[in-house]
Amino acid sequence: MIDLYWLPRIEHWRERCRHLGEAGVGVWDEAVALSRSRLDAVQTNALDAMLRRQLAGPPQSLADKPVRLALLGSSTLAHLHPAIRVAGMRRGLWVETYENDYGQYWQELADPGSALHRFKPNAVVLALDAHHLAGGVGAGSNAAEAEAALVETGERIRRCWRLAREAFRCPVIHQLALPVHPPLVGSNEHRLAGSRAGYVAALNAELRRMADAEGVDVMALDARAARDGIAAWHSPELWHRAKQEVSPAAAPMYGELVMRLVAAHRGRSGKALVLDLDNTLWGGVIGDDGIEGLVLGQGSPLGEAFVHFQHYARELSRRGVILAVVSKNDEKNALEPFERHPDMVLKRDDIASFVANWQDKPANLRAVAAELNIGLDTLVFVDDNPFERELVRRELPMVAVPEVSDDPTTYAQTLADAGYFEAVAITDEDRARSGHYQSNRKRDLLKASATDLDSYLRGLEMRLFWRRFDRVGLNRTVQLINKTNQFNLTTRRYSEADVLGVMGDPRAFGVQLRLVDRFGDNGVIAIVIARLLDDEAALIDTWLMSCRVLGRQVEPTTLNLAVALAKELGARRLIGEYVPTAKNGMVTDHYARLGFSAIGGPGDAARYALDLGGFVPRETFIAASEERP
Amino acid sequence: MSELEIYQALTAIFHDVFLRDDLVLSPALSARDVEDWDSFKQIEIIIAVEERFGIKFRTREMDSLNNVGDLVRLIASKS
Repeated sequence: MIDLYWLPRIEHWRERCRHLGEAGVGVWDEAVALSRSRLDAVQTNALDAMLRRQLAGPPQSLADKPVRLALLGSSTLAHLHPAIRVAGMRRGLWVETYENDYGQYWQELADPGSALHRFKPNAVVLALDAHHLAGGVGAGSNAAEAEAALVETGERIRRCWRLAREAFRCPVIHQLALPVHPPLVGSNEHRLAGSRAGYVAALNAELRRMADAEGVDVMALDARAARDGIAAWHSPELWHRAKQEVSPAAAPMYGELVMRLVAAHRGRSGKALVLDLDNTLWGGVIGDDGIEGLVLGQGSPLGEAFVHFQHYARELSRRGVILAVVSKNDEKNALEPFERHPDMVLKRDDIASFVANWQDKPANLRAVAAELNIGLDTLVFVDDNPFERELVRRELPMVAVPEVSDDPTTYAQTLADAGYFEAVAITDEDRARSGHYQSNRKRDLLKASATDLDSYLRGLEMRLFWRRFDRVGLNRTVQLINKTNQFNLTTRRYSEADVLGVMGDPRAFGVQLRLVDRFGDNGVIAIVIARLLDDEAALIDTWLMSCRVLGRQVEPTTLNLAVALAKELGARRLIGEYVPTAKNGMVTDHYARLGFSAIGGPGDAARYALDLGGFVPRETFIAASEERP
Repeated sequence: MSELEIYQALTAIFHDVFLRDDLVLSPALSARDVEDWDSFKQIEIIIAVEERFGIKFRTREMDSLNNVGDLVRLIASKS
């Protein structure tokens, strides 16, 4: 049985669910709270049904655009919808779901008049069952026939992906097939060309390659089955009874896997792993036991387990997850193992934000989020102490706090199973991120030593390299556009296809900006897209920036560039636009600060204009130049 | 486990599955008597029962269930 074991159990869950909407608490907020617990399939369905009795559509207060998810498949999927919607709820997302008429996924994709097209999905999951996929081969097939069937099935799926992408221009997720076929040969199943078990494995491998080339994400149900056991995911009895390939008991985890990918596309995955120290990173209490008394390193199972967990954390940081420490300790004591203990895997430089004091943990988590310039809802906090976990959950319900045991051997797998850091693309930026934050520390030290801001900024020796959108930077461009929430003037989300559209538009420009200084390369930190509205005015459709380069004059330097590029398009006026969201309050006055005049705007948006005729480039300490890839 | 205890546990499961706390279980109660008791709900009940009592039903056993009384007898014989 697969179980959302990293989520806590909530007291009186049943009563609260049954009385949803009666207690005077906001229905949606209460449902979100109830969804963040260790639900089984029946509870999941109950919560979904109770919420839908109370709310017909998304609550007004919701900052995020509702998810419209089409689940397309060849067998019964109806039992998975509630779990997908509840997994969305867990992330504060309202989800509407759609399912094709039984078996009609291909017809509905191909027919622009179909109910699927009328539904207008903004996420598509293609879930083809293994029996359907392997129908074309059998033990009598020779190698050539099996290969031909594999190619044909792969091409059929590729056509589905392309139809979905072209019609809906949204993330397409392919659920890989479950290994439901019992083997015919045994361990060397691969020697039987027409083995259906072997065929499904080969097809999954082929679909992974194809998905990377087509910009489709896979949902690795085969990998989950390898870990959980196929019996946890698939019941032959229920397949024969109801054509349910995924067992209803596994639905909560299925919903999780779907919504992790959808959320990752919206930039809603975790960004930072915040670690407690005593009995989380090492055994013992540094303040009491001293450095010699800590359980860490070879020689004891517990000591090795802590080393293993530190390794996992360091690997996460090397693929882009930011590490932070929040510990109740004197700072000097807390730092000592990082500096002196020979078995520490994590070093002080691996930790982007280090907070050790005697304040309560919620306050310190706020400080970490502020220092790193990221939202509290992107923090994952690991603490062995149940009291601290409960306190953080109560004070900061948006922080993810996994229900870890007191056994460090389980910590890494718990983080992996919980899927907090789901990512759909790994860019060079991700791999370099921990380095960025280390450099930030050194910059802060310089800031402290410089007597005034100007000499600090001058001392940074900043250079801004800009490039028009190109295929090399496409991944990073799309990633930045879709995950930047705070410094983002319009929060328009662009797919790869949309970015390619900008590249091909002669009346528009899209640029990516990279900031380098004496401490290192910050990577691509800003994006600007503008296009001509008419013969004389260019509208800045998108202006966004990574918060880690705030306060460094990147904004006026970017303006200089935008003005030059707009003039190249023939514009005489530049129009800026601000569309308020729940998260972008920090840029309300962005255009006013840059000398634009307010001209009012459509709907919620505020527009500002800048006359290019009299524009004098702003003086900054940043040298800007074009970079050729 | 006594028949009474099985009825109590089953009642909680039925209330959760149908979201109705007024449902009173009796041996003769069957899918015909309860709105929404379709084949999907039947599977949901079975899965919840298997989980709750730590048992596993065989295909023939599931096919032989006509009412709550059958289900209670089957659970009693397996737990």
